[in-house]
Amino acid sequence: MSAAVHPLLRARRRKAALRNLAFLSPWIVGFSVFFAYPLLSTVYFSFMHYNGVNPPTWTGTKNWSYVFRDYPLFWPALRNTLWLVVVMVTLRVVFGLGVGLLITRIKTGAGLFRTAFYLPYLAPPVAATMAFVFLLNPGTGPVNHILGDIGIPTPGWFTDPHWSKPALTMLAVWGIGDLMVIFMAALLDVPKEQYEAAELDGAGSWVRFRYVTLPNISPIVMFAVVTGVIQTMQYYTQPLVAGKVASGIIGNSGQQFEPGYPDKSTLTLPQLVYERGFQRFDYGSACVIALVLFVLAMAFTALLMRRRNGFLSAED
Amino acid sequence: MTTLTAPATPATGHPADARARRTARRKARLHWIAVHSLGLAAAAFFVLPFAFVFLTAVMSDNQALTRDLWPHPWQWSNFRTVWDTPGFLTWWRNTLVYAVSGTVLTVVSSLPVAYALAKFRFRGRNLIMVLVISTMMLPPQVVIIPMYLFWTKQLGMDGTLWPLIIPMAFGDAFTIFLLRQFLLTIPKEYTEAARVDGCGELRTLVTVIVPMIRPAIAAVALFQFFYCWNDYFGPQIYASSNPAAWTLSYGLESFKGAHHTNWNLTMAATVLVMAPVIVVFFFAQKAFIEGVTLTGVKG
Repeated sequence: MSAAVHPLLRARRRKAALRNLAFLSPWIVGFSVFFAYPLLSTVYFSFMHYNGVNPPTWTGTKNWSYVFRDYPLFWPALRNTLWLVVVMVTLRVVFGLGVGLLITRIKTGAGLFRTAFYLPYLAPPVAATMAFVFLLNPGTGPVNHILGDIGIPTPGWFTDPHWSKPALTMLAVWGIGDLMVIFMAALLDVPKEQYEAAELDGAGSWVRFRYVTLPNISPIVMFAVVTGVIQTMQYYTQPLVAGKVASGIIGNSGQQFEPGYPDKSTLTLPQLVYERGFQRFDYGSACVIALVLFVLAMAFTALLMRRRNGFLSAED
Repeated sequence: MTTLTAPATPATGHPADARARRTARRKARLHWIAVHSLGLAAAAFFVLPFAFVFLTAVMSDNQALTRDLWPHPWQWSNFRTVWDTPGFLTWWRNTLVYAVSGTVLTVVSSLPVAYALAKFRFRGRNLIMVLVISTMMLPPQVVIIPMYLFWTKQLGMDGTLWPLIIPMAFGDAFTIFLLRQFLLTIPKEYTEAARVDGCGELRTLVTVIVPMIRPAIAAVALFQFFYCWNDYFGPQIYASSNPAAWTLSYGLESFKGAHHTNWNLTMAATVLVMAPVIVVFFFAQKAFIEGVTLTGVKG
């Protein structure tokens, strides 16, 4: 077949292939060295006993059975993640959509309102978490002072296993800015004529929302839910810092901190990778948890790509 | 909002019409009041935490533990105390080095990749897009064990930020994805015109395309800057053994410990970590919001 191709054409094709390779080279190197190879190593280490000092030795599926059967932090972390997916993601989407609807209706000072709603999203997570641990400090924080003054029971927030996840949820709902902006753009894209037509038919505001707004923005709602689930599975900095600061452990002093304070209620999977790998030097089990995280994240990413073909659509 | 302009019939002076218009106006006014009160309530929820943090940051040690919400006297020296804490200035400098070099490297290395994925036709392009999107969604913890062993045991870079900065010279999935989405909106005619003029692809990219997508570049640069500024996990893994390499996000936490229950100083440090991000945002608000919109809508 190659004999039939004109030499000039072949030269041009080779030149184009080289050009493509040159443009893609940063990614090809980055993907192979910083992702593909370490991912294969992670699979390899998950079958090894390795503590970083002695050479790795083959242990078969021992790490896997340890993580799933005997590791006392694994199932609590997974349960917490499920709780956060159900409550936190839902509230974030509902609240983000609500604030988005509100901002499209505000006529006076819209720019000011938008900035105020958006700002918390930018607060660095460590700083925002420390601020919330202070605000919700059971004894001396302003929130409980105010609740006490009105005569509402004052929860222990980050120090009470029943209230630590709701407190984290409040922190997450506070940083709703990204969703608000995405929903705002989607709401402004809904064709005006559809609202007018619905109004002529005598539809009230709920009916208009239910039968005009929602169908138009449902792809964006879907996007927000799936990315929310993926982010929640990776939830790391906020629960870790909240647990550390609320427990009174002196930060970064080298003092061993068992993550999940109070009573494993803020454990998430990424924290287990840290606990196993960098506190216990059990790299094998850390790799097992990393792979669980990988499979979960990939499953939801696949869902996202299936639902939103636009992701892959290219020019021409 | 909806009924204000609804009655299309011209005013006839009939008393019933006048009454209808009055009702409509009153309804519109009530709607305005309802929407804006709700807006104020929401704004209070979003802004009050900042206010409490700031007010606590300028209180005296004891006052921060009392029920008072308003500082007396205003102890501005807290910021000075935090600033003079050993290490704080170093963390600040490290964070800036990490964020600035990380941002520049990421944008420069991701741009040609995004351009190729948006404008060139070749076999395997969709596969690469799938891989880019997949890695974009993955947490760093997935490959951290081999990466850590690679950087520290093989290259001896423990206690530095290099393991975080160097990979940024090899493209970032999120940046590539976002720039590609933006590049798709540029009509082919521009690149073709440049090609007819005898421009090579790289020259086309630098002289024709880059000036056109400046807002997108600003947006991804901001995202990357904030990502580095906020990163906690990376410095925790690679820099924790060496306080001289800590960043603000990582060092901030040790404040609470160093100052026991001195919430005022801890909050003053928190303010100092939040401030640059907020200042940057006010200067680049438009580019930032456009960028966020792009992540969700134009996909």
